[in-house]
Amino acid sequence: MRYIPNSPEERAEMLHQIGLDSAADLFSSIPADLRLARDLVTSPALSEIELLSGFERMAALNTGAQRPSFIGAGAYGHYIPTVVDHIISRSEFFTAYTPYQPEISQGTLQVIFEFQTLVCQLTGMEVANASMYDGSTALAEAVLMAERVTKRSKVITCGAVHPEYLDVVNTYVQHAGIEVHHVEFDSTTGQISASLAEALDDKTAAIVVQSPNFFGCIEDVAALAQKAQAAGALLIVAITEAISMGLLRSPGACGADIVIAEGQSFGVPLSFGGPYVGLFATREKYARQIPGRLVGEAFDKQGRRGFVLTLATREQHIRRERATSNICTNEGLIALAATVYLETMGRRGLQEVALQCAQKTAYAAWRIAGIPGFSVPFTAPRFNEFVVRAPTEARSLLTSIALERGITGGLALGRYYSDRPNDFLVCVTELNTRQEIDALVDGLAFIASKKAPKMQR
Amino acid sequence: MESEITKVTSHISHNETLIFERSRTGRIGYRLPPLDVEESPIDSIIPSRFRRDDDLEGVPEVSEVDVIRHFVRMSTWNYSIDLGMYPLGSCTMKYNSRLNERVARIAGFANLHPLADESDAQGALQVIYELQQDLAEITGLPGVSLQPAAGAHGEMTGVMIIRAYIDVRDGAGASAKRRTMLIPDSAHGTNPASAHLSGFSVKTIRSTKEGLTDLEHLRELCSHGEVAGLMLTNPNTLGLFEKNIKEICEIVHEAGGLVYMDGANMNALVGVARPGDMGVDVIHLNLHKTFSTPHGGGGPGCGPCCCTKELEPFLPVPRITRVGQEFKVDYGYPRSIGRVKAFFGNYGMMLRALSYIQTHGNDGLREATEAAVLNARYIAHGLATDYDKPFDAAPMHEVVFTDKRQSRKGVHTLDIAKRLIDYGFHPMTIYFPLIVQGAMLIEPTESVGHQELDQFIAAMRSIAREAVVDPELVLNAPHSTRIGRLDEAAAARKPVLRWKPLS
Repeated sequence: MRYIPNSPEERAEMLHQIGLDSAADLFSSIPADLRLARDLVTSPALSEIELLSGFERMAALNTGAQRPSFIGAGAYGHYIPTVVDHIISRSEFFTAYTPYQPEISQGTLQVIFEFQTLVCQLTGMEVANASMYDGSTALAEAVLMAERVTKRSKVITCGAVHPEYLDVVNTYVQHAGIEVHHVEFDSTTGQISASLAEALDDKTAAIVVQSPNFFGCIEDVAALAQKAQAAGALLIVAITEAISMGLLRSPGACGADIVIAEGQSFGVPLSFGGPYVGLFATREKYARQIPGRLVGEAFDKQGRRGFVLTLATREQHIRRERATSNICTNEGLIALAATVYLETMGRRGLQEVALQCAQKTAYAAWRIAGIPGFSVPFTAPRFNEFVVRAPTEARSLLTSIALERGITGGLALGRYYSDRPNDFLVCVTELNTRQEIDALVDGLAFIASKKAPKMQR
Repeated sequence: MESEITKVTSHISHNETLIFERSRTGRIGYRLPPLDVEESPIDSIIPSRFRRDDDLEGVPEVSEVDVIRHFVRMSTWNYSIDLGMYPLGSCTMKYNSRLNERVARIAGFANLHPLADESDAQGALQVIYELQQDLAEITGLPGVSLQPAAGAHGEMTGVMIIRAYIDVRDGAGASAKRRTMLIPDSAHGTNPASAHLSGFSVKTIRSTKEGLTDLEHLRELCSHGEVAGLMLTNPNTLGLFEKNIKEICEIVHEAGGLVYMDGANMNALVGVARPGDMGVDVIHLNLHKTFSTPHGGGGPGCGPCCCTKELEPFLPVPRITRVGQEFKVDYGYPRSIGRVKAFFGNYGMMLRALSYIQTHGNDGLREATEAAVLNARYIAHGLATDYDKPFDAAPMHEVVFTDKRQSRKGVHTLDIAKRLIDYGFHPMTIYFPLIVQGAMLIEPTESVGHQELDQFIAAMRSIAREAVVDPELVLNAPHSTRIGRLDEAAAARKPVLRWKPLS
């Protein structure tokens, strides 16, 4: 087998050197009745040629990857500069281990230090960790951290937080003695409703808000920060579309205590949902309660500056059951991709991408709202996502658009909100051209007029 | 002493400052097409009070050339599997195939949105389904979820499944009384941390002086009535196969508990023995260990959770199933513990793992296991005269030594590890497991040829000699790296965790 350097002959020789007769002797400490007496029933060995052919055939079935798409909802199609994949494909980055031996891991460590810095700059916070698995688990860990910090056990999730993120939070807290209370969104604005005020009390550890929220609406984070502070609770802000930080006021500047985000928009392909990267940032005073790895500056005997994993007493390998989290492996290579992206696009590029997203989205929303029978129901300002209300059932409308016009027009909300069968979520990024947007609009108008010829204006 | 070192030599190493120090106003590293829609005044789209007013100050401005030089230079400071062996016990640092990388980048997978309609993602779902099938076959446990993103995540999932099962079996709230998770004193730290996340309290089981689970102690702990389960690693973290595994599982089952296996050491078992046949109820796997997906400097990982038929209803949702020729995303599992991650998990790692399994084939998988155990046994044999080996039993894919002999001369495991760097190797796992004094846990994997194994043995033997005749050389190692030992204590006392502009 070509990945095993020692040939069968070399291995026979090695066995002999250590006093064994055959490979089977290596397993003599496994009771005979536990040793498999047959071959595994998995595929036979394939050559590269055969294997690639098999995977290409499966890939070709993924029609969703072959058309322009307007789905966001937690994963976003953005431009990825060529240098990103080139750099993460370097042996010394992708085949390297966790930097536990800093003398021979300074490449990885310095990258993470830059990553932590960039996350602080974008979120407006003081300290950030080396990454979490993704936005959803970062949010769950933020909730657990809020409970540790405040010693209160009630958490309020507000408004339109990504339904899958809420599911993950619920899974994580089910045995942690934390009660999650959900406050709905206002059906006119799409933002958090006023009923938050009733739910907030002195048992509240944290308020969780997503901005831009699941419907694409921008929340008034500064106002929420004040409410949270008045109740002695922490404000946790979740961001699923990281590019929004190129244009929107940072949660830190608005008074957030913990900011989590999905970093996938920063140079990471959609890849059917992963691997992605969770960003986690907070105030300096909470640094010792942060989950995950942290890289810090350090010096050797000659005064040379380097970087090292630090504050490890928070972590599982030292603190075991009293650790701030059980996390070990995180998303190092994806954090590298995000770092390369952010440094390549830079200050100007990040702003330009965000502006293009906002402008193209405004154009798309205006044009769709102009189609007879269609409306854009929520009034709050948006970044690059908005909800469309169609005159007919959204799922079949979108299926028709895909089949007839070769466009994935958005995400039907019925899968998460059964009381919104005609609503769908549209996301526009810098990759969606005007032609694609116009084609979407034309397609929606045409297909809807066929499906609902008697619709109201 | 320098003449003992044959594997490496010195070379010019470029310095590279932080990107923020390279940054210059006005440099540009990108180009976008011009905006192709009518531009509205930004105030009319997003009111200014919601917009940034800091102009992203501090975010770097560099050219593409700066980016390339910056990252390429930093990369040269890293050791990596492509350079040579990492004898890291418990990490299984095997070859990360290029083919796997190519598969993961196929556009039909890379560009697919996770919320694409089922009918638009049949190929993607097929990959998940096939990998589930293969892992079920390999572990002997039919219920599989690929959703957890790492081993610790898979552990949390598995332990929550145990808890949910107990509540159904014994009545709602039963798991609040059956609160104890038994964990060996040799366990990886994520085990108790994951147990804690699921609301369990942890009781530690002793190991015998042979390095195996103490059955008497296990029986005693199980007799108290509140045992929910046992988390164990097999082979254990000393590299020894728990030959009493069947009895261990029986004891726990009789006491009303379930057995969780930490699958980190599966590289000793694939194609040879199956956890499901041993009586294990639920396991997690590390695709980034046994199944070769790359470590990436700290992830991404993928920690599938596999379980018995009885525990299947509790697996995370959604599950990927097959109905006829179609693959489906199924949420219809009311007893599921819920989601543990948005979307499907670290999908890109699933592609790589399936490619690994298909590349090896069933006999190649077994061959890899044999080669991995042989390499560890060969090292155990080669080092036995110079280093103290605390356990006599034949090790599986990894072997542990202590620094007992060397520490008499004032040279400890940390020093030996650092001196190994001068010989061109990454150090082995040190100070784990905790039950061995000055533990050095060595796992070569199957990806090392016997010349490099001989070089490693020679290096370790040379260091053992240096510890006697020239201990300073070892105590002050490494000597050949661009940076020496860093003052980690000072770094933790006054942590500097980000760059800040001088103001």
